[in-house]
Amino acid sequence: MSTLSHPRTGHANTDRGLRLRRTRQTWGHPWLYLPLTGVLLLMIAPFLWMLSGAFKPEADIRQVPPVLIPTHPTLANFRELFGSLDFTSMFANSVIVALSVTAGNLIFCSMLGYALAKLEFRGRRGVFMLVMATLMVPGLVTFVPLYVLVANMNLTGSLLGLILPFLATPFGVFLMRQFISSLPDELIDAARVDGCSELAIFWKIILPLTKPALATLGIITFLGSWNNFLWPLVVAQNESQYTLPVGLALASSGQDFTRYGILLAGSVVVLLPVTIVFLLFQRHFVAGIATTGLK
Amino acid sequence: MPTSTLPGQGGTRDESASVGHQPAAGRPRLSLGRSAQGRQARAAWTLAAPFLALFLAFMLLPVVWSLLMSLTDTQSADLRTPLNVSFTGFDNYVRLFQDEQFVHALRNTAVFVVVGLPLTLAAGLAAAVALDRGIRRFRAVFRVGFYLPVITSIVAIAVVWKTLLEPRTGLVNTVLGWFGIDGPAWLADTRFALPVMILMAVWRNLGTVMIIMLAGLQSVPQSLMEAAELDGAGAWQRFWQVTFPLLRPALLLTAVTTGIGYLQFFDEPFVMTQGGPLDSTLSATMYAYQQFGNGNYDVASAAGYVIFVLIVALTVLQFRILRDKD
Repeated sequence: MSTLSHPRTGHANTDRGLRLRRTRQTWGHPWLYLPLTGVLLLMIAPFLWMLSGAFKPEADIRQVPPVLIPTHPTLANFRELFGSLDFTSMFANSVIVALSVTAGNLIFCSMLGYALAKLEFRGRRGVFMLVMATLMVPGLVTFVPLYVLVANMNLTGSLLGLILPFLATPFGVFLMRQFISSLPDELIDAARVDGCSELAIFWKIILPLTKPALATLGIITFLGSWNNFLWPLVVAQNESQYTLPVGLALASSGQDFTRYGILLAGSVVVLLPVTIVFLLFQRHFVAGIATTGLK
Repeated sequence: MPTSTLPGQGGTRDESASVGHQPAAGRPRLSLGRSAQGRQARAAWTLAAPFLALFLAFMLLPVVWSLLMSLTDTQSADLRTPLNVSFTGFDNYVRLFQDEQFVHALRNTAVFVVVGLPLTLAAGLAAAVALDRGIRRFRAVFRVGFYLPVITSIVAIAVVWKTLLEPRTGLVNTVLGWFGIDGPAWLADTRFALPVMILMAVWRNLGTVMIIMLAGLQSVPQSLMEAAELDGAGAWQRFWQVTFPLLRPALLLTAVTTGIGYLQFFDEPFVMTQGGPLDSTLSATMYAYQQFGNGNYDVASAAGYVIFVLIVALTVLQFRILRDKD
């Protein structure tokens, strides 16, 4: 027993090279698993509670002592949610807004990102500095005039008012420029020698190579838009424009707050799509942040 | 200009010889270069135009407009004719700092940043190091679990926390009750509301720091670590002498972005407490939002600019402290 556990932790082995190779296949520091599992439980506890509560009848949620696995599982919360709050249209609104905003950012940010990374033109440095400077501007500085602007364009009554201001964001330009800068110049020069037009170079050569960065930007933008709360709360004038977070927040601040089950079911509906998107594209996400964030 | 030579042209062994043989070769190439640059510039502006148009309308214009608003008295003016206002200089700013509520909100924001930011960075870094060096199995499970709160909607999460922190029926106080502890009213208690929100922010954001730090840790060359180990450096020494300096860029990035986010602390108090109880969770952004809601667009804009100045100051400070020393 003890002779086996030593090479596993690596303490008994004097050959360091061998030790490194061996520990990689084993557990590392076994004593770390306990605290890490404790922290992991803290991190996911609210999600477990939410999932569990969403499928419980109201009385069971307040049951003492609390039970994690519902004893009388029910879909009543979800049925009532979609019936009373018009969650279906909110869900559709969230999808439309998030997809439009994501598409806009992918297109416009990669276009400018390429120009800033690889093309020579007067004003390049100026444009870059200007766009980057606005990265630090807090949302609230632009918020008030933006609201006046959108109101003056008569867009407060439509989903367009939720989409337009977020179609092109400085962060996207930063991310795309960083990534495209790392692509070799020779590729572009060779295409030029072959007579490829400048725009064709972008479309046929750069864009396909930029897929990992586009995936990262796409996920970040989608999540950001899906979770965006303040702007749709203020701009949406009637229930037909509400997005999911707005609907959920209004439901939770109303008199109905005592209805835990509905709120927890609503939270599940808000969180499920982004969780799935994240789990599916996790690898892209992490790789993208790794390559773009550290330069 | 850098790399204006085409491939194949820069590699000529004897440049002077080729120029000597064809004295005119320089000119057509130069003019080709020029028209190529003209083409590049045209393409660049074509590619930039859609972004810049949106950027101008929905970013630059509002930024300038907001600055003007903060210097005017819009109380009485009609919003649809924003030019019909009177300039009042820095009156709004003076009024802001005379308003005890705003000063109180600034103090809350400062506490949020000064306590929350280091906690978030430390927790994220610790998690990254533990996952990278400490354990070998189930890394993906821990990584996804730690990162899960980052991708969630703050509204959904605030709703869940609100039910968990309910004084009488919430799970937190129920569990505390098993140990004979009479839990406080958390969000309804002026002593606990802000600390609870700081902890929630740490809980929610440590995953971001962790992911970026993990990427940074993976870029630390294994050979460097082995060399340090052979030189007799202990684990602690290896971390501070080898790993940590290489993590600086990652630390700077996360410190700046998290700092900017924390200075604009808004969603949690909005959903959970509305800034209460007794303004104990009122943030500067929350204050500005309330002013906006009351129609005081000028004061709200001024508050926005105060936050902007704080963000710039914090970012500059972080660059000073954390920038690479080379």
